[in-house]
Amino acid sequence: MSHKVIIPIGPYHPLQEEPEFFRLYTEGEKVTDIDIVIGYMHRGIEELSEHKHFDQVAFLVERICGICSSSHPYAYVLAIEDILGGEQNVVPQRALYIRTIIDELQRIHSHLLWLGLAGHFIGYNTVWMWAWKYREPVLDMFEMICGNRNHYGMSKIGGVRRDICDDDVPVLKKALDELKPALDMFKGAVMDDPVIQARLKGVGILNKSQAMEWCVVGPTARASGVNIDVRRDDPYGVFDRVRWNVIVEKEGDVFAKTVVRILEMYESVSVIQQCLDKMPKGEIDANIKDIPAGEGIGRVEAPRGECFHYVRSDGTNRPVRHKIRAPSYMNVASNKVAAVGQTISDTAITLAAVDPCYCCTERVAVIDKIKDKKVMNGWDLIKLSQQKTEDMKKAIGNRSQVIG
Amino acid sequence: MEDITSRIKEEFKSKVIKIDEKAPRRIYIDFNPQDIPDVAKFIFKDLGCRFAIASGMDTPQGIEIIYHFSHDHTGKLINVRTLIADKKKPEIMSIAPLIIGAEWIEREMWEMLGINFIGHPNLKRLLLADEWPQGKYPLRKEKT
Repeated sequence: MSHKVIIPIGPYHPLQEEPEFFRLYTEGEKVTDIDIVIGYMHRGIEELSEHKHFDQVAFLVERICGICSSSHPYAYVLAIEDILGGEQNVVPQRALYIRTIIDELQRIHSHLLWLGLAGHFIGYNTVWMWAWKYREPVLDMFEMICGNRNHYGMSKIGGVRRDICDDDVPVLKKALDELKPALDMFKGAVMDDPVIQARLKGVGILNKSQAMEWCVVGPTARASGVNIDVRRDDPYGVFDRVRWNVIVEKEGDVFAKTVVRILEMYESVSVIQQCLDKMPKGEIDANIKDIPAGEGIGRVEAPRGECFHYVRSDGTNRPVRHKIRAPSYMNVASNKVAAVGQTISDTAITLAAVDPCYCCTERVAVIDKIKDKKVMNGWDLIKLSQQKTEDMKKAIGNRSQVIG
Repeated sequence: MEDITSRIKEEFKSKVIKIDEKAPRRIYIDFNPQDIPDVAKFIFKDLGCRFAIASGMDTPQGIEIIYHFSHDHTGKLINVRTLIADKKKPEIMSIAPLIIGAEWIEREMWEMLGINFIGHPNLKRLLLADEWPQGKYPLRKEKT
């Protein structure tokens, strides 16, 4: 006999970068509806931006996200450069290469971070530890280039703030070469593992038409067969001058999203290597002084998808309107279709699969709707997810023994 | 592939107030508020554009909304602009029944600018706290 149960997930947890709250309506094991509540982290940055001058805004928007902290300022300066006549016409060549390198390094570190969390959610704590171990050298590369592991402070209207020293180039190349075997290991560990396949395939499916209806972006869209990528469609930096591929999968499940992210890291490594080889010498800043009246749009393919900035200037030194749309704004909403129909034990990984900076299931409480009492706490839910993997491991292990 | 701008011009003829190609990939088209649902439907369903987001803003002339559509095949951004002159009680038809991805941003514009989206399936607060006073709109320019 099933009864309706509401499971609240969130909103706060120290591990979680963005507080958000999911209320799962369940019947027995199945999730029948989901209510998403956001706004806990609304800091009024759009309004704040109208009170800062154009140069300060780049620093302000960098603080929107600690993971894709290059995407927001980059999209913002692209919007301003759109007013000025386009990035390619304004920014010196060397700066375009440096911007591209930062953008792609950020993608590698963000995808590794997600891979670790996803591993943890399904009980593969080794994947978690190793993914974060190999994320460290990427952060070291950032530190070498801009002095910080996160919040790079590189984007500036008309260029970049710091140059990449010639002495650092071989060190960066070596670090990238060393990263490749690690990526091979993850590719093998995730894509060839029968338990992970059984655990993630067919889970949290967002099909192509749903993806288009919900207007999702980034790896969430590409895993559902929607072939979009701002880097190719509306190129910025030097993405139209280096060789790379857009990774698209058709299935739309959590496994496809994982595959897209793993394969994208190879492309990022290749893009950075090409940039380091081709980077010309020269200026890194165009020294822009005044921003004329006008309006501009900048968009960047952040690790999670298209990051969108619209800026209007009236000729003073501050924007009159600055609209910011982060990729998760579109992606998180699509959980409404991806999570419904799943079992409770698959919800954690489904909600996490859009990479919404989400890691809060420890705060989950299962509440009996009729009796209004707690029947399960957060650790139970994460254990449930990990237990399912364990059971699968045993089942698959036994089968292979029989075959063997 | 024929040009998107000319297809929109052909479809809506005199309803198009102004077309401004500010850059090769940045096209701004002005429409009256009552034409927005038809325009959004045409651009989203017939031209196959992706709804990126909408920007609402308070201007001296009225409340302005720009619906940003991305034509990903060509990388063009089609920005549909409309101006609601009545600032006291701004109203416009919702596009959320046509484009489910627009549901959140309309809720946001409703709470931030006080624009009433007629026909929205779920018009409730998205970002503001429950304790925020009714009738105060953070992105309105006039200070009361």
